[in-house]
Amino acid sequence: MIDKIEQRRSALDEGGLPASAKPLIYRQVLWTRITHWIWAVAMFFLLLSGLQIFNAHPTLYIGNQSGFGFSNEVLAMGSHDTPAGPVGYTRIFGKSFNTTGVLGLSAVDDTSTERGFPSWATIPSYQDLGTGRVVHFFFAWMLVITFVCWFVGGLINGHIWRDLIPKGSDLRNLPRDVADHAKFRFHHARDYSPLQKLAYGGVLFVVLPLIILTGLTMSPAIDAAVPHLADILGGRQTARTIHFCMMLLLVGFFVVHVLMVVAAGPFNELRSIITGWYRIDPPTQPQGTPRQEV
Amino acid sequence: MSKFKLSRRSFLTGAAIGSSGLLLASCNVLDGLDRDSGVRNVLESANNLTYRIQRTLADRNALAEEFSEQDIRQPQRPNGSTDPDDEDYKQLASDNFAKWKLEVGGLVETPLSLSLAQLQAMPSRTQVTRHDCVEGWSCIAKWTGVPLSVVLDEAKPKPAARYVVFYCMDTIDQDDGTKYYGSIDLIDARHPQTILAYGMNGKPLPIENGAPLRVRVERQLGYKMPKYLGKIELVDTFAQIGMGHGGYWEDNGYEWYGGI
Repeated sequence: MIDKIEQRRSALDEGGLPASAKPLIYRQVLWTRITHWIWAVAMFFLLLSGLQIFNAHPTLYIGNQSGFGFSNEVLAMGSHDTPAGPVGYTRIFGKSFNTTGVLGLSAVDDTSTERGFPSWATIPSYQDLGTGRVVHFFFAWMLVITFVCWFVGGLINGHIWRDLIPKGSDLRNLPRDVADHAKFRFHHARDYSPLQKLAYGGVLFVVLPLIILTGLTMSPAIDAAVPHLADILGGRQTARTIHFCMMLLLVGFFVVHVLMVVAAGPFNELRSIITGWYRIDPPTQPQGTPRQEV
Repeated sequence: MSKFKLSRRSFLTGAAIGSSGLLLASCNVLDGLDRDSGVRNVLESANNLTYRIQRTLADRNALAEEFSEQDIRQPQRPNGSTDPDDEDYKQLASDNFAKWKLEVGGLVETPLSLSLAQLQAMPSRTQVTRHDCVEGWSCIAKWTGVPLSVVLDEAKPKPAARYVVFYCMDTIDQDDGTKYYGSIDLIDARHPQTILAYGMNGKPLPIENGAPLRVRVERQLGYKMPKYLGKIELVDTFAQIGMGHGGYWEDNGYEWYGGI
């Protein structure tokens, strides 16, 4: 393997050091790369079809039912008429914000239309709950099946324990890692940094399981088959609200994730998640000797 | 340990990754998912998978959660037709549905014609359940009615019968005069909580909620619970009914199995 790494040391180098000082290692196994990209595709469609589904009733509640005769609303989007014309609003915990043009009221074929999320953010672009559900459930299956395969595979090949579960040293190194990230100073090592472990682990072990469970809770047949699922999650409408919040977290993760890829060197980062090969910092770095076994 | 420098290449790569998704969406290239298109059929196969997995893995008699009277905090929110404009219906409503009859036919040994009084004299069941609308909202109400299985037992379905089709008295599509209809399989039809409801929250079923009789299918979404019932038919296939998808909303793009 070392020979292979030696051979792979090439002129491809974005840093200031000569390429020969920065070893190219095999960092991401095929399994990780395939599941990463399946998720990327699935989440793209899940997000946009999910916003379509949300638009059918762009209000979120806490509890088992939706308050029409009482108030348990946490978020609502819509439009109302004013002397100056219709205004789109987003109401969060009773506080209203003018979001005309984006949320609550936006253009559909050049006509101002009352809708939660704008047409550029939904599949299909026009209001069509039935198609949104068809798209959503197809990619939900893709996400769940891939997640289960990834989880089992990750337990077997050691990826989950070795790379994702934070260890004691990660917690000790966390403050320094936070400071480094804040200064856009990145370490290129075989292992994930403490913040990476927390972010990836948080998405894979908290956000994804929660978004899948709350999604299942919205199925009345599942609620009957798995009693207490809705109760544990605070009721069907709370589950729907959690589902939405997990979506926001995933969007936030995606934005930061892409930003970090760009900041840390997009060529090297993308190469590792496409081909598996990753150029790490020279072994003399204080951040620990890169592991070269594959 | 290289310091972060935003090179032109880095910036362009990142911008391309970030914007490609939005571009894809905003170009409306993903709108070609009309009914019976090839892609649509592939995507819809996932719903069939869900139906089969739920029917295989889940307890077919599992009960939907029942709530207490204290959970009834508001009137049942009506949806779809709320005040049918059909002459036949208005005439029946004018004398409190005294002349109304529920016809039960199709693949049965004993076709039935039941008045409201006859239905009310049959064994009844009352349940406080959560109504889940496909749009996303939920509402808790108390429903009283005769279990559909009791009516089916009297009609004696033939072995070939596989689905129960509900025909309604309300015109749901004013443009082409289509009346609402829907269908469920015999598993949900014989489920103990599947009732033909004539009472709601301790009172006769209001017109906006489907008087004189509506179905409650507690493990499916609201559009699977037709209101203003006129006729029940047992069939082996619903391919020849309506546009062949098993219900009014199904003909308009919703999945037939509404347990999702």
